Amino acid sequence: MDKDGNAPGSGAALEKYSGLPTRDGAIELSGAEMVIRALKDQGVKHIFGYPGGAVLPIYDALFAAEGITHVLVRHEQGAVHAAEGYARSTGKPGVVLVTSGPGATNAVTGLTDALMDSIPLIVLTGQVATHLIGTDAFQEADTVGITRACTKHNWLVKDVNDLSRTLHEAFQIATTGRPGPVVVDIPKDVQFKKGPYVMPDAIRHRTYKPKTDPDLGTIVKAIDLMANAKRPLFYTGGGIINSGPEASRLLRELVKVTGFPITSTLMGLGAFPASDPQWLGLVGMHGTYESNHAMHDCDVMIALGSRFDDRVTGNIAKFSPDSKKIHLDIDAAQINKNVHVDVPIVADATKALKEMLHFWKTQKRKVDAAALKEWWKQIDHWRERKSLDFRNSQSLIKPQYAIDRLYELTKHRGNDVYITTEVGQHQMWAAQRFRFEAPNRWMTSGGLGTMGYGLPAAVGVQMAHPGALVIDIAGEASVQMTMQEMSTAVQYDLPIKIFILNNEYMGMVRQWQQLLHGGRYSHSYSEALPDFVKLAEAYGCLGLRASNPNELDAMILEMINSPKPVLFDCRVDPKENCYPMIPSGAAHNEMILCDAEEEGTKVSDEGKMLV
Amino acid sequence: MSSAATKLPNIERHTIAVLVDNEAGVLARVVGLFSGRGYNIESLTVAEVDHVARTSRVTIVTSGTPAVIEQIEAQLRRLVAVHRVHNWTTSAPGIEREMALVKVTGTGEKRVEAMRMGEIFRCHIVDTTHTSFVFEITGAPSKIDQFVDLMRPLGLVDVSRTGVAAIARGPEAM
Repeated sequence: MDKDGNAPGSGAALEKYSGLPTRDGAIELSGAEMVIRALKDQGVKHIFGYPGGAVLPIYDALFAAEGITHVLVRHEQGAVHAAEGYARSTGKPGVVLVTSGPGATNAVTGLTDALMDSIPLIVLTGQVATHLIGTDAFQEADTVGITRACTKHNWLVKDVNDLSRTLHEAFQIATTGRPGPVVVDIPKDVQFKKGPYVMPDAIRHRTYKPKTDPDLGTIVKAIDLMANAKRPLFYTGGGIINSGPEASRLLRELVKVTGFPITSTLMGLGAFPASDPQWLGLVGMHGTYESNHAMHDCDVMIALGSRFDDRVTGNIAKFSPDSKKIHLDIDAAQINKNVHVDVPIVADATKALKEMLHFWKTQKRKVDAAALKEWWKQIDHWRERKSLDFRNSQSLIKPQYAIDRLYELTKHRGNDVYITTEVGQHQMWAAQRFRFEAPNRWMTSGGLGTMGYGLPAAVGVQMAHPGALVIDIAGEASVQMTMQEMSTAVQYDLPIKIFILNNEYMGMVRQWQQLLHGGRYSHSYSEALPDFVKLAEAYGCLGLRASNPNELDAMILEMINSPKPVLFDCRVDPKENCYPMIPSGAAHNEMILCDAEEEGTKVSDEGKMLV
Repeated sequence: MSSAATKLPNIERHTIAVLVDNEAGVLARVVGLFSGRGYNIESLTVAEVDHVARTSRVTIVTSGTPAVIEQIEAQLRRLVAVHRVHNWTTSAPGIEREMALVKVTGTGEKRVEAMRMGEIFRCHIVDTTHTSFVFEITGAPSKIDQFVDLMRPLGLVDVSRTGVAAIARGPEAM
């Protein structure tokens, strides 16, 4: 220990003592010290990780490093999802530290998830020493080979002299342009060796220069289309969230000045307030009747930071047949990928929205008010269909009712409520019914559809927002995939609330088996489930159970008011299906609604092939 | 490969050049992109072209609908290690060349005929035994296809092709 009580090799100590200046003014550090120093210089406050043989030098440097909190997870997949939740709820990159071999392979699901949903992550993996690479050494895996397809970029750093530059590049690439996960694989001998440390501002990448400024010609073309539109629709996505809160603010202003209706993808919820009358609700496979019909019938579609995912478009051949399409995306590869667009804008959403508003105002553009009035009349007619209605029950808790009550009993906390989800029916019900007013409050696995995402993501969110109410709306099947992270929540006093809609089935699988496979429920029922209340107690959490609609409110309040992490076993109707639904292969105006269930559903053979 | 592809009217054959940083794994990134997204590779050549700047040029012959070709270019541009992507098929006409080494065995009339054909195609004979020739032939891929087909009945036993290298006509660089 030095005189300030810092352990040797700790962040504070190394800054003072081991940082001997080299000839060119750079300081000399070991590879492990460089990692900690680079994290600090990049403003990192929290990292999620799990130690192991090949990262011991970095853990040693971390031992008494000040200013960085390490969160010890129980499984590396949990670390990556926690970092995703952290990133999604703060706009800052998530940082993960894991060991070689199984540490790295366990991180692969989270990396793929982050790649699909454009979440900035820096994942540091240990590797066996350089002289052992290729010898099938203990806990050796070809990490850069395995993660090449599930990262935005990755590196194996074989020379300590390249390490600090690579770490800074990793942050730059993960956080700029279209964000995404990166992996830096660091062999153990490189962690021990000493070399010069360079500061982040010295780094300029040779090839990586993402385009973020819009071409103004395309902006003018876009507002021309908008001003002449008779049936316009905003269709926004996760790109608005990723661009930052300013993009959401500008979007709100643009939607206000035009008076156009707006719908959103799963990833885009919260960019526009759900309480606003211009909001049509979720779009796509489980979107609202009004959103999907508006998508089908619109004449100008303004896609902002959304990527025409198959969950949104349904059958491409029948997708919005009569519309001109404007497509804003920071990633040029999204343009014309699934759907041909008329006006592509490749830019950062904030910059493009600013220009759209600027030209709209300075050129004194006006909408076609008469046509827009007719369009709203049509939309209001669709709204009257009340597609999210469900038949409530006196004896059974309907999952929709449970989410409605959860929303009603938490909405007084406003933007202080953060929702994560797992994947399946509960996720769709949450997306349909929980009403988000601000961006970065909704964390869900959209592109990859990763069961087990929500619980660790909640750990990450709560770490970033200690005083907030963080709820994972979960299913009993998904939540068991990463249940072990309850132990992490207890260790760090993270009072996350795991609200399990327990229907004993993999609900979405069961629903598809009912609709597409003749009601043959092949292996979608969990004949054995843990007692979630006892499980909670075993972890040192609070366990609650509600089976009757009458007791639900009191239980939810008990959950919210508990200072502990909570596992809430909400026993819901096992037979409930998630509607509305666009059956596979169908068009947006061919939805199944809850009251049409008895009529039986016709899904084409072609449709059955689709996932 | 190409003959099956060209039967469909909207499948086009394109030659795409990619200038990349010559770093570890960069070829795997390019090839992985093609296999991961289900694009075709008909031929691929790669070598370092600037030893100081450490850049390599990858030339890929691929086939697909115009929409797929547009995606291929866009996806290649996303790769962090990529400097530039150039489509020689959609841009101003370029020159495409390929080299092949072709081994033919035989004696008597067939051997003489093979040598005569080699002269017509301006091949170099780079190895000779009493019963074999190795021809070195350079030209457009179609010329090499044609030569290889002609050698088949004359004792063709082995072919090694380099894949396509491409460059623009005139003073402009890629």
